[in-house]
Amino acid sequence: MTAAVSDYALELLGIRCTFRAREAGTASSSYTAVADTTLRVRAGEFVSVVGPTGCGKSTLLNIGAGLLAPSAGEVRVFGEPLAGINRRAGYMFQAEALMPWRSALDNVMLGLQYRGVPEGEARAQAQTWLARVGLGGFGDRYPHQLSGGMRKRTALAQTLALDPDIILMDEPFSALDIQTRQLMEDEVLALWAEKKKAVLFITHDLDEAIAMSDRVVVLSAGPATHPIGEFVIDLPRPRHVAEVRTAPRFIELHTQIWGVLRDEVLKGYQQQLRQVA
Amino acid sequence: MWKSIQPREGNLRLWQLALLLVVLVLWQLASRDAQLAFFLGEPVQVAGRIWSWFLPWGVAPNALFPEGLPGHADIYRHLGTTLLETVLAFGLGTMLGLAAGLWLALAPLASAILDPYLKAANAMPRVILAPIFAMWFGLGIWSKVALAVTLVFFIVFFNVYQGVREVSPVLLANARMLGANQKQLLRTVYLPSATAWVFSSLHTSVGLAFVGAVVGEYLGSARGVGYLIQQAEGTFDVNTVFAGIVVLTFFALLLDGLVGTLERRLMTWQPRQGETERL
Repeated sequence: MTAAVSDYALELLGIRCTFRAREAGTASSSYTAVADTTLRVRAGEFVSVVGPTGCGKSTLLNIGAGLLAPSAGEVRVFGEPLAGINRRAGYMFQAEALMPWRSALDNVMLGLQYRGVPEGEARAQAQTWLARVGLGGFGDRYPHQLSGGMRKRTALAQTLALDPDIILMDEPFSALDIQTRQLMEDEVLALWAEKKKAVLFITHDLDEAIAMSDRVVVLSAGPATHPIGEFVIDLPRPRHVAEVRTAPRFIELHTQIWGVLRDEVLKGYQQQLRQVA
Repeated sequence: MWKSIQPREGNLRLWQLALLLVVLVLWQLASRDAQLAFFLGEPVQVAGRIWSWFLPWGVAPNALFPEGLPGHADIYRHLGTTLLETVLAFGLGTMLGLAAGLWLALAPLASAILDPYLKAANAMPRVILAPIFAMWFGLGIWSKVALAVTLVFFIVFFNVYQGVREVSPVLLANARMLGANQKQLLRTVYLPSATAWVFSSLHTSVGLAFVGAVVGEYLGSARGVGYLIQQAEGTFDVNTVFAGIVVLTFFALLLDGLVGTLERRLMTWQPRQGETERL
């Protein structure tokens, strides 16, 4: 093993991502979602990426996961170049990713089964993780029998059960109501504090980003998204997301970051209007 | 008075039965005219024919049946043949459709090459294959099974093909991130999601399996319900034709019910309509 070669768990270096448009005949046949983006996440660091909607945040995350190959640039995982799926990363998706034909417990077991963990052991581990996200008694329920928040918890347990060194999260709580959301955010922070994994957290909610992260990266509006600001969040931990929002330092940081983000949000909005017109 | 028998949720069954009775009585009345009876048959005679087919006891001459009813109990041989053909065709067609659907959905190049031929094969009125199958497989059950398989296959095939191609990309990406290899993807993602589509097609295909078997028998055979109907038609025995139709309908419904039961067993994970979230 080449451990300690790099301080960084995940590095996206000079990433550029251009999509070819499928429909023939259109004038602009390619679309550059991300351009010249360099983003580094240290081991054990919680980094949030905020940006206007449709700016290519998810593209960036898919590149880090190895689901998408960048057009140019390099991805390094603990110092080693990434080829194919990022095996050291767990990914929590924005959309529903649970298998509807498997019970909650079977869903959490899934990754362990893929890795060839013996059935009994996988079941026991999955049960432990379900209990840790507060769903110990719901293992036999199918996803459609669970509420939205519970499904997200199950997905969280599914991701964490493999004990990944890097956790990628794509607006995981955007579909939840505000109370459930704050509860989940606190739970994720508590789980993260136990093991201190590297987290790359995508969100469009600035409050959420500041409350949870060590560092917030602001992206420009698309196309050709790139980072335009980086802010270290020096709020003391442990934090409770609902309480930290009233701290004077939080408001100060929020004002600073919003100053950078606001122009991009407006730009992004204008572009969307133009596309519709 | 009307208030108490007005159609509502509770007495739907009664109304359904009443409707059947009214139709049967009108039919019976209409068949008092000899010329109409020649073409339309007579419900009472149809029922008598079914009795003779299924039950070994004769009935003495009476008001309804002036000549009495013989108890042949001779349909089982024919019915058994037709059901065997149907079940074989249903099983084989479903299996082949599932395999071909999975394969083509996962091999885009092969599906691109075969696409026009699949469309042609599906558009072709496949009943015309019956004479060819009769030449290839003889007049026994296999020519009927082959015909019915061609009907079932395409229904299942297109459903599975569609089902696999519409597997949620998020589900796939999630399984890949959790470390699934190709084989595991097939077993844990593609197959289960295709199964849901297969079941929705099975209700259609069980009926078509029956169609294939009966039409095959009708066009040339020595036993089977289709053969009985064809024989009766040859002697202008319209009552026996109707009796054959009633028997076939009943058994088609029975098979459909079996598929439904199997579906409920295997698809427990699907939300039922009207089921509240149990929490």
